[in-house]
Amino acid sequence: MDPKLGSMAAELMTSRETGTPLVKRGLAEMLKGGVIMDVVTPEQAKVAEDAGAVAVMALERVPADIRRDGGVARMSDPEMIAGIQEAVTIPVMAKARIGHFAEAQILEALDVDYIDESEVLTPADEAHHIDKWAFTVPFVCGATNLGEALRRISEGACMIRSKGEAGTGNIVEAVRHLRSIIGDVRKISQADSAELYDWAKQIRAPLPLVREVAETGWLPVPLFCAGGISTPADAALVMQLGAEAVFVGSGIFKSADPAPRAKAIVEAATNYRDPHILAKISRGLGEPMVGLEIDGLATRLADRGW
Amino acid sequence: MKVGVLALQGAFGLHERAFRRIGVAALQVRTASELAEVDRLVIPGGESTAMSKLLDANGLTAPLADRLAGGMPVLGTCAGLILLAAEVVDGYPGQHCFGAVDMAVRRNGYGRQSESFSAPVDVRGWESAFPGVFIRAPVVESAGADVEVLAELAGAPVLCRQGSAVVSSFHPELSEDDRVHRWFATQQ
Repeated sequence: MDPKLGSMAAELMTSRETGTPLVKRGLAEMLKGGVIMDVVTPEQAKVAEDAGAVAVMALERVPADIRRDGGVARMSDPEMIAGIQEAVTIPVMAKARIGHFAEAQILEALDVDYIDESEVLTPADEAHHIDKWAFTVPFVCGATNLGEALRRISEGACMIRSKGEAGTGNIVEAVRHLRSIIGDVRKISQADSAELYDWAKQIRAPLPLVREVAETGWLPVPLFCAGGISTPADAALVMQLGAEAVFVGSGIFKSADPAPRAKAIVEAATNYRDPHILAKISRGLGEPMVGLEIDGLATRLADRGW
Repeated sequence: MKVGVLALQGAFGLHERAFRRIGVAALQVRTASELAEVDRLVIPGGESTAMSKLLDANGLTAPLADRLAGGMPVLGTCAGLILLAAEVVDGYPGQHCFGAVDMAVRRNGYGRQSESFSAPVDVRGWESAFPGVFIRAPVVESAGADVEVLAELAGAPVLCRQGSAVVSSFHPELSEDDRVHRWFATQQ
């Protein structure tokens, strides 16, 4: 949690304003403890909402299919996004390619609630991410480590999700990335003021943000987890490790019976510390999605991002 | 006095933080036995559809209705206001509204996230404006005669009280101004 959220509210509030950092981060705060689900049709969006999802990510292909099909993965068809916006009352997110600010402008014009500048799509720029301060709509970005997270926040991201390895149904990379981010937050919290300069240099992050992490003991924005979550136990694992909410991509609609699995993962994100409840809700969910070994992958999506 | 924060989903952590700042240790409430331990309850912002389903899943719907009928002091912010209202206009099928405050509300009445905003809120009897943060906020479309409207914005009530229930369409937990929490923690 970010104490500066509040101070911004107290200092700046003299008139009605939209798109302020506090208003943008505010929606991320409201999604905490929840599950954001990838959906490719209005029907899937309804299944997600009925299961208790706090938001849906509208896209044309889930990561498992992007991985299987290959080719260039782009922003979704606006007609498909609009169809999903009409189908549900919960927030609708959509993905833009890394650095593709024109796709982001189009998504903002479509009035999506959050933009994911995502490594799951094929990057449009090999050096630059989108300048996210230029937008009223808030952005979420992926990160594999704390330096990457703070660089995205310096560009205006209002929510960070650990990347994991999307479309694999394998939780190991999500755990690696979460442990890396949160482990470094813990170390920086213990560092003295002189060491913070070296931290900033080593992790290639702006010094003011490194100082903020040292002072608050947490990232300046909420930290969610994505990439490889496919069971209630996976959700409970990453929540116990410190994730504040979860994204589930292929894990629901690539499983044998999506609706009960979606509901069970929602309940797991709330009851993540209670193994008796987790045991009950994990029963009889049918086959989870088929998972992939990380070593056998032709493309590591998590390596995209600079 | 024990204050609980419904911790099924949403901004419950920020409410706990606000209470910590004023020296009140709030308890997280996820089960009926945890609800039974508290004297007053906050229902935080979040997604009211998700919270409705999680109330059912965790066996809290009937116990919460009983406590509200028994006059337990309750503060509902944003999604919490929706859950405490008497009627949700254009509501989602199966969405709970416990009727603690006689008002009709429209979910996301101000629009999508692009219309989310911050604005100073003038509360009756308070010396300075409160920093109001409205995130995909509900609009109170009508309020019954027993509802005391404590603040309005552009003609719509945004902070109301009926009996021991207080509701706001904005998020006091997103500011560092603790007046709403202090008032709720000390009101009789």
